[in-house]
Amino acid sequence: METKVLIDEKDNSNWRELKNKLFFGTVVVLATLTISPILLIVYELLVKGLKQINFDFFLKVAPDTFQAMTAVRNGEIIPGGIANGITGTLLMVVVASLIAIPISLLIGIFLYENQGKKYANLIRSLTDILQGVPSVVLGLIAYIWIVQGVTKGFSALAGSVALAIMMLPLIIRSTEETMKMIPISIKEAGAALGVPYHKIILKVMIPSGFSGLMTGILLSISRVLGETAPLMLTTLGSTTVNFNITKPTSAVPLQIWEFYNNPNMIDLVWSSSLFLMAFVLTLNIIAKRISMRFS
Amino acid sequence: MGSEKIIKNLLKASSVIILLIFAGMAYSMIKGAIPAFKEFGLFGFIFSTDWNPTEGKESYGAMPFIAGTVITSLLALIICFPLAFSTSLFISEYYRKTRIATILSTLVDLLAGVPSIVYGLWGFYTIRPLIAELGYSGQGYGIFTSGLILAIMIIPYATSISNEIISMVPTELKEAAYSLGATRMEVIFSVILPSARSGLVAGYILALGRALGETMAVTMLIGNANIIPTGLFSPGNTMASVIANQFGEADGLKLSSLIAIGLLLFAVTAIVNAIGKVIIRKYA
Repeated sequence: METKVLIDEKDNSNWRELKNKLFFGTVVVLATLTISPILLIVYELLVKGLKQINFDFFLKVAPDTFQAMTAVRNGEIIPGGIANGITGTLLMVVVASLIAIPISLLIGIFLYENQGKKYANLIRSLTDILQGVPSVVLGLIAYIWIVQGVTKGFSALAGSVALAIMMLPLIIRSTEETMKMIPISIKEAGAALGVPYHKIILKVMIPSGFSGLMTGILLSISRVLGETAPLMLTTLGSTTVNFNITKPTSAVPLQIWEFYNNPNMIDLVWSSSLFLMAFVLTLNIIAKRISMRFS
Repeated sequence: MGSEKIIKNLLKASSVIILLIFAGMAYSMIKGAIPAFKEFGLFGFIFSTDWNPTEGKESYGAMPFIAGTVITSLLALIICFPLAFSTSLFISEYYRKTRIATILSTLVDLLAGVPSIVYGLWGFYTIRPLIAELGYSGQGYGIFTSGLILAIMIIPYATSISNEIISMVPTELKEAAYSLGATRMEVIFSVILPSARSGLVAGYILALGRALGETMAVTMLIGNANIIPTGLFSPGNTMASVIANQFGEADGLKLSSLIAIGLLLFAVTAIVNAIGKVIIRKYA
């Protein structure tokens, strides 16, 4: 590293001290500015969203425009809720998890078992690149593959596939990292006892890394819960509760988008966003708790 | 012996899925984009500034959206840098391992958990009116508003990588500078920055990769005009936002053009991310 003269010969320490303090002040101000959006967003969601949260909000489907308009005109809260979105989101996340979790665990273990090999490095790099692919592009892919190719129409399955491809790289990398953290002696102890290879993975590696694997899975779910763009291209939305994965289905973020585009339903935008945020953050916190216990 | 073979093959077979996904993505998108490239030519499509869906006079070009994507993302990076860098100095240098640093980094993590559409809503109802008040753009939509929201959205990514890199700077180096009488600021600029430079660059490149593909928040704030932006407060459209925007009523040549834009976006983000990853790997 090049050497730099840090101190001039004449005494300018007062000026340097002042500069130092000014810089520190700037850092504190900018850091405070950086975290202000999250506080403002949560505040705004709470203030504007809480009044619509009631039992109906979770149990009833979205109202039609006329119902909402009447309620707004009479100064009442808007009837109905986001049951179609909640069920749709759960359906799609469950299907996406069923697709993504087994595959990613296997690939993660494969990468761990083949450290330093060329082919494994290629897979790892591709996984990294997959993680950076914009979600809207994955929406296009799921549209071409599933909407055009399989279900011949917008469907929950297409949405699930888009979400599953998003989840893959996250779980793969967290699986590999978790496996790396398990002491190799545990694995060797198993092997020394003559335990067959698949049993070492199933009975030793996966249980001892369980909380790490769980954290990765929960974080990946919390990442895809709020995705809107890929669902716009694949599942379209639905005004009723639907559990048929070959049919168009609603989701909470899709409903937020619909409410946002309908001037009569503005109040519902805030409560459904509040719900979505709370859902995502809760999952995040649970995941962090599990990983803290692990390390 | 038998079971070991089977499970090794199973693991290997599962890894092929990644290859298949990549090959499938490339194949499907290229196939979907070919009608547009055939009609306008590859370079014609990329460099044309026309976006005209009128039947009979259909003409599609990607340039307005490439320009919109590049300008909003770079703007986001410029706004993000001082904020994220200060925050990581705060967390990993000034208040390293203190309670307040933990609180701050938890709050920054929370920023990463906010769904894109919620950023869009917040931007629409809180930031947009403020921008409109400035008087540069009537409704407050445009490049600047989107860039600002994008900056907030990529802050957690930039900050978490900067944190890691800054805390990796050896304490001996810093202590040596302090013992020569350097002030904290001088240590930051003469020791930490030079030795963390390439890591920081990689971190901001990866953050840029995020900004390039962000969809919903930008769609809600950029004004959705299919033109090359004419100024900081001009409306525009990005590659991601035009897909989200125009997909609903798309078929035929228009759908093919949107897929072509998706293909370009895929290529650009893959390249940007690969560059970031290579620099980080060299550094670590």
